[in-house]
Amino acid sequence: MGSRLALDDGVYLRNSVQTAAKILIVGHFAVGKTTFIGTMSEIPPLRTEEVMTQASAGIDDLRAVPGKTTTTVAMDFGRLTLSERLVLYLFGTPGQQRFVQVWEDMTRGALGALILVDPQRLEESFPVMDLVEHYGIPYAIAVNRFDGTPEHSLDEIREALDLLPETPVVHCDARDQKSSADSLITLVRYLQSRLN
Amino acid sequence: MTTDDEPELVHEAAELVRPYVITNGRDLVDDSAFSLLTLVTVAQDPPRTKPLDPEKLRLLELCAGGFLSIAEIAGHAGLPVGVVKILVFDLTEEGHLYVRAPIPSAQLVDRQILEEVLNGLQARFG
Repeated sequence: MGSRLALDDGVYLRNSVQTAAKILIVGHFAVGKTTFIGTMSEIPPLRTEEVMTQASAGIDDLRAVPGKTTTTVAMDFGRLTLSERLVLYLFGTPGQQRFVQVWEDMTRGALGALILVDPQRLEESFPVMDLVEHYGIPYAIAVNRFDGTPEHSLDEIREALDLLPETPVVHCDARDQKSSADSLITLVRYLQSRLN
Repeated sequence: MTTDDEPELVHEAAELVRPYVITNGRDLVDDSAFSLLTLVTVAQDPPRTKPLDPEKLRLLELCAGGFLSIAEIAGHAGLPVGVVKILVFDLTEEGHLYVRAPIPSAQLVDRQILEEVLNGLQARFG
């Protein structure tokens, strides 16, 4: 494979784009974050890596401890050009507590988060919700529908997740563009309502 | 089929060596002015001399086609974000790259951005 990096035109942003906004797509392992981003993105989803020390306490000078283990955290993200001047990035963010550095970088400037949950594994969403709340990121819940799972009522899920009354909860099929877009629209409307 | 290729695999890594060499031993810690969303392209009037560093040349080549975010540059180049920030910083200082500063996220600005995001999503998918 060649090493040339020149890319197709469609890869680049329009020259008129002035503003980049970010929404986090979060959730536990295998809940469908990557699927969601792939469904919504106008470019093939990309993956970035962050390198960090294993013990995520603070930021260490890695040179000082040559034997120190490091960890690579990968994040998938996609892009949506929403107007001549605005582009929205969707970042899939790992839900593990120990990736504190990644979270600090990811949450800076994020408009909000869509938390994907699997109705069969609701309890696995708690650590993610704790993280999102810890960073003060407003969020909505999207219940990703998997093949063959019975449909839970949104009220049951709201109760199980112990949500605030104003937190939106919607069904979502991460494979379906309209459904995924609707859950983003719900999130954005909620974010607007919080400013009023 | 529910397990899509979730990215959060964790490697215990000796991989740090490579990024570290690329940045000439500079700190990987990010407290620079650049975020994942900082938009970058080649400068209109770059210096005649190209950088010698092959990684920098790759980034210049990558940025030649238009604007990309730092996150996208990292994704396309297969380099960690922290490394890309340092290289972009250098290339900007040297006059090779041009950076479009992200709008500060004041609440007033957020309100406007949310409005635009909503309109954009509805126009595209509504």
